[in-house]
Amino acid sequence: MTTARRIALPLLYALPLVFLAVFFLYPLARILQVSFYADGRWMLDSVGRLTGSRYFWRLIWFTTWQAVASTALTLTVGLPLAYLFARYDFRGKSVVRALTTIPFVMPTVVVAAAFTALLGRTGLINVLLQQLLDLEQPPIALLGTIWIILLAHAFFNVSVIIRAVGGFWSNLNPSLEEAAAVLGANRARLFWEVTLPLLWPSIAAASLLVFLFCFTSFGVVLILGGARFATLEVEIYRQAVSLFDLPAAAWLSLVQMILTFIMMTLYTRLQARASLPLESRSQARTAVTLRTPMARLFLALTLGMALLLLLAPLITLAWRSITLGDNGVTLAYYRALADNPRQSAFFVPPIVAVRNSLLFAAATTLLSLLLGIISAYLLARPRTRRTAWLEPIFLLPLGTSAVTLGLGYILAMGPWRTALWLTPVAHTLIAAPFVVRTFLPALRSLDPRLRESAAVLGAPPLRVWLEVDVPILFRAALVAATFAFTISLGEFGASLLVTRPDTPTMPVIIYRALSRPGQLNYGQALAMSTVLMIVAGLSLILIERFRIGDIGEF
Amino acid sequence: MNRSQLAGILTLLALILTACQPVSAPSAAEGNVEGDIGAPTTLIVAAHDSFSVSEDVVTEFETANNATVQFLTLGDAGEALNKMILSKQTPLADVFFGVDNTFLSRALDADLFAPYAAPALAVIPDVLKLDPQQRLLPVDYGFITLNADKAWFSQRGLALPATLDDLTAPEYKGLLVVENPATSSPGLAFLLATIDYFGEDGYLSFWEALRANDVLVADGWSAAYYDHFTVGSGGSGDRPLAVSYTTSPPADVLYASDGRTEPAGINVNLPGGAFRQIEFAGIVDGTEKRELAERWVDFMLSKRFQEDLPLQMFVYPALPDAELPDLFVQFAEQIDDPAEVEPAAIEANRETWIAAWTETMLR
Repeated sequence: MTTARRIALPLLYALPLVFLAVFFLYPLARILQVSFYADGRWMLDSVGRLTGSRYFWRLIWFTTWQAVASTALTLTVGLPLAYLFARYDFRGKSVVRALTTIPFVMPTVVVAAAFTALLGRTGLINVLLQQLLDLEQPPIALLGTIWIILLAHAFFNVSVIIRAVGGFWSNLNPSLEEAAAVLGANRARLFWEVTLPLLWPSIAAASLLVFLFCFTSFGVVLILGGARFATLEVEIYRQAVSLFDLPAAAWLSLVQMILTFIMMTLYTRLQARASLPLESRSQARTAVTLRTPMARLFLALTLGMALLLLLAPLITLAWRSITLGDNGVTLAYYRALADNPRQSAFFVPPIVAVRNSLLFAAATTLLSLLLGIISAYLLARPRTRRTAWLEPIFLLPLGTSAVTLGLGYILAMGPWRTALWLTPVAHTLIAAPFVVRTFLPALRSLDPRLRESAAVLGAPPLRVWLEVDVPILFRAALVAATFAFTISLGEFGASLLVTRPDTPTMPVIIYRALSRPGQLNYGQALAMSTVLMIVAGLSLILIERFRIGDIGEF
Repeated sequence: MNRSQLAGILTLLALILTACQPVSAPSAAEGNVEGDIGAPTTLIVAAHDSFSVSEDVVTEFETANNATVQFLTLGDAGEALNKMILSKQTPLADVFFGVDNTFLSRALDADLFAPYAAPALAVIPDVLKLDPQQRLLPVDYGFITLNADKAWFSQRGLALPATLDDLTAPEYKGLLVVENPATSSPGLAFLLATIDYFGEDGYLSFWEALRANDVLVADGWSAAYYDHFTVGSGGSGDRPLAVSYTTSPPADVLYASDGRTEPAGINVNLPGGAFRQIEFAGIVDGTEKRELAERWVDFMLSKRFQEDLPLQMFVYPALPDAELPDLFVQFAEQIDDPAEVEPAAIEANRETWIAAWTETMLR
């Protein structure tokens, strides 16, 4: 090993740690400090009051169980789809898969509108059912119940399972399964005893991500839960914004982080035991093209049903964007996007909003791939006592209150607070953990013997990396890239930032339209949401098709 | 990697770098306000997300004062104020707009703003001036009230409610959507109106009756108006009554997509059911651009800006001689006797009132 390498490698590994320290730990420490210790004294009154209340414990209980239930539901919906995408080849596969990811980027408030239009008392489904079954009362009353929260969580997050598990599954060598089948295992046994254990690392990783998203859920609970339900994050928002009780908000944020940390420590323990090196295979070799018409029909039906359920809210949105009002089918709302009748100083043509969103998303993708992949390599090294706690730390931003961290940014970021580059940086805080989680299972399953043989044959380290790691891990990197890209497009953690109204992104245009009365405004929000869907879908298809030479075939 | 891909990636990187230039942060050294031909001074104005102004109005100010106005938006009204308070040591902006009377006490207690006796204050009605020390100056106001779907009621031959108590009657069961006061300012405003009208001993029983009458609680104005209100949702919602603003009907006409000349949603002003929301602007204490900041505040209170306000933010101008647009004259309404709750009382009781309301409505 050369000296240069001995210096360069630690420097490289230090990058994500420095990033976390500057853009996560420091602002967090500042806001906690200011909250708990102000004017020279400790402000712990509301901490005591809160912790002593029954509400506090109910809050923790509800936050946890709804996240567990949501994750279970998401897995139930997502795993069969992940299987279909991983194991079968069919025309338009990447398009269909891109469609399943679109919910992930949609702003909650528009999706809530679509859910209401579908499932509300006078919603489409109720009206249809009432006509069909000749009922007096609408049969479905989901709005404002826990069910709509669980459903919405599954709707938003199912793509995490499809992509993270599906990506891993598609590279899984079928020879083990084939061997088991030859030895006489039936399908069920094959799945439970061979496939599932092999898939476990990626299922656990994806479930953890979904769990964290549901655990810190805000918009879904507030808007669709109809104010009857509160998660920790909702209560943090109430305390910090409505009541400006910073100590209470900081205490709840701390509780949220501690719970997240415990969950992730448990997970990393489990995970470390479960992962083993596997021989991976290129997707082209594992996927099956269906030959018989019956099998094709079966696949088409299953996929069709699942997609209909998943895409119904999106289709409703798009349909309403061209039919809102009593004017029949119209493009008026799309044309209105390009108009500025009031000559507002903050107006931008829609194409500029699309460009802003895409630039932020591209920057986020590059930054989070860089930091996430380095982190994954750091975490994949043999565990020592000192590195064991690194893994939860890398995930912690996902379990941290965006409201609290946003206030921390105001305190700690000085002149950077208004810099545009802070947007991709903040998005990266959320996106990088996704990169780590999707990349790490693939990295851990990379058979070390491949690298060893390459090294034995005389390849220098960089060459080993280029010729062994890159081709095999390329697919995982692509999956990671789609996550980073969609997270940025969907503006997760947007409340972190001070925004400049003259550089709006697509979600900002949507929120702005929704803050004013009038059908033209509502129509524009629907139209911009549809544009967001299309842009997200096209970008995802492009990312999936991205290839460097023949490497991407893997 | 072939050459075109490489070129693509390089272009992308270049685009990203150019797009990510930092904003000109408040630079301390610039003080040349007095009409110099030198480089324009940058004034930073922070506001809540709903702030809007016409381009040519801003340009007019910029040209007249050799200045550049940089706007920042900091979230909803409460969030924006909290961010300003937290950044007191290193202020985000020179001027802040968007403190309303429900947050006035919090803003004043934080000692965030410096007094400024703007000349325009002399003509602004006393009822809008809530800070005797003139740290926060009234810019606009509006009224929270009920909006009703006119066609919905006439088709069913149902009379519009006439009192707040009517809302708890069986014929109005399941017709009203309100906003959660813990997360929404119109929600809080309506709660305050009921507290003023029924008294601290009586408002909770009113809300209990509302709950029994199947009132719907939405988290914010957007969800209430666009998801549930029959007018705003274009028919997919099922609530023909919503807590909104008296200035929503003009917007309903201005932003109509079907060329309607009459609003579909009309104001229903029940006795004691309306609340006046006043929005204030203030000069951030310690700004190095005090003089330019004063001019901006003067400009906000000038006829030019005040007449631009109504159709940008759907509020009434604080300046009495600012001319109102026709749509406002025809379809908006001023309420003569809105609920009166002192800002200090709001700040002192916000937590108790909201907690009691939450306990009554949602647990």
